[in-house]
Amino acid sequence: MLTLIDYGSGNLRSAEKALVAAGAREVCVTADPDRIAKADQIVLPGVGAFADCATNLAAVDGLREALETRVRGEGTAFLGICVGMQLLADVGIEFGSTPGLGWIGGQTSVIQPGSAELKVPHMGWNTAEPTKNAVFDAAWGGAQDVYFVHSFAFRAAYDDDVAAWCTYGADRFAAAVVKDNIMGVQFHPEKSQRAGLALLEEWLKQ
Amino acid sequence: MTLKVRIIPCLDVKDGRVVKGVQFEGLRDAGDPVEQAQFYDGEGADEICFLDISASHEGRGTLLDVVRRTAEVCFTPLTVGGGVRTTDDFRALLLAGADKVAINTSAVKDPSLVTAAARRFGAQCVVVAIDAKQVGPEQWEIFTHGGRNPTGIDAVAFARDVVARGAGELLVTSMDKDGTKSGYDLALTRAIADSVSVPVIASGGVGNLDDLVAGVTQGHANAVLAASIFHFRTHTLAEARAALAAAGAKVRQPIQGNLR
Repeated sequence: MLTLIDYGSGNLRSAEKALVAAGAREVCVTADPDRIAKADQIVLPGVGAFADCATNLAAVDGLREALETRVRGEGTAFLGICVGMQLLADVGIEFGSTPGLGWIGGQTSVIQPGSAELKVPHMGWNTAEPTKNAVFDAAWGGAQDVYFVHSFAFRAAYDDDVAAWCTYGADRFAAAVVKDNIMGVQFHPEKSQRAGLALLEEWLKQ
Repeated sequence: MTLKVRIIPCLDVKDGRVVKGVQFEGLRDAGDPVEQAQFYDGEGADEICFLDISASHEGRGTLLDVVRRTAEVCFTPLTVGGGVRTTDDFRALLLAGADKVAINTSAVKDPSLVTAAARRFGAQCVVVAIDAKQVGPEQWEIFTHGGRNPTGIDAVAFARDVVARGAGELLVTSMDKDGTKSGYDLALTRAIADSVSVPVIASGGVGNLDDLVAGVTQGHANAVLAASIFHFRTHTLAEARAALAAAGAKVRQPIQGNLR
């Protein structure tokens, strides 16, 4: 069963609706470590500040451990969305520094488009340009405009972990990261109309 | 390969119906909000905005049910405002399916709400709606309660202040222009857009596609909001996109490549 992690930091309803529209038969919305231990696919949403999301994740007894076991130990497919993607980093640099899950090397830092006309938050539709990844290839077959809303970006330690890039003025950051069974997307597939649903559909199918 | 100008249909909602007035008065029915939202979702709206225009003065809660039913069928970012007074109001709207919450009267009455909401939910979901009226050359004043109450507060100074407090976006509505179909107050939009580091949505007064273009090219807005030209089907979103693109603005093409 697909498990959507409810740790008080996500836009759960939107994510749940989109996953169902993309073909998920049943979505279990939970933070229960016992349910996560049996999940077939795991989605971690996240909205807001890195530190708040990390704190909320840590506050649920046994959640972090259950995720480590099920995702990293047993190879269950995992998708992090927005701050849920950023939490994959080693550390979040956002009003101080906060440790992340450390599943994909890197850190987050503020977006610097390099011009006063280019506003932050990076808010709206921008192009995600996939590198080489089966899920993106099958879903899009090229670049697509998707919906972003964030002020901080994932700076991957290794370019090989970046599955799609996004350019905003002078800044270029990961629109998506992938490592083995773990994927993270900075944009909101649940709010990106057909492009977002197509991506979720392929991720669910893999 | 850059951030696109957003085109945002705005649904002013009163008692569960979409309405459209002139300078905030004389309301005319413009349909069912969920049906309208679904139509815009299908047209590839970049965002959809719901504003409950009666909530503040009637002391009613916001349109949770409309938001919930819309989120069931639309995969478009939703900004919702009207009658939001507390961070719990934010939370209820976000849980119902809103992505961003707009506050107006409350931000004027209690600017600390901006900070509290930004801390709890992130600046990206805090939109401050500024309803302003021109009171002198290059001078605008904030009005609250759906445009009924003057505050004596300078609009540009207020914009800077709420951004410093954590607002992630500003929705700037000219009350002089609202519903007049004579174009945005470009000087107001530009004065605010050039003063803040966050995105600005131009609002109030769109009568044709050139007005949308001017909002970006002359008003320096990052997003353009309109109601009646879309609700009454004077123009489609595709026409709006084409007009902006012809003027050199970067706009989204909702479907690209071989996406099925």
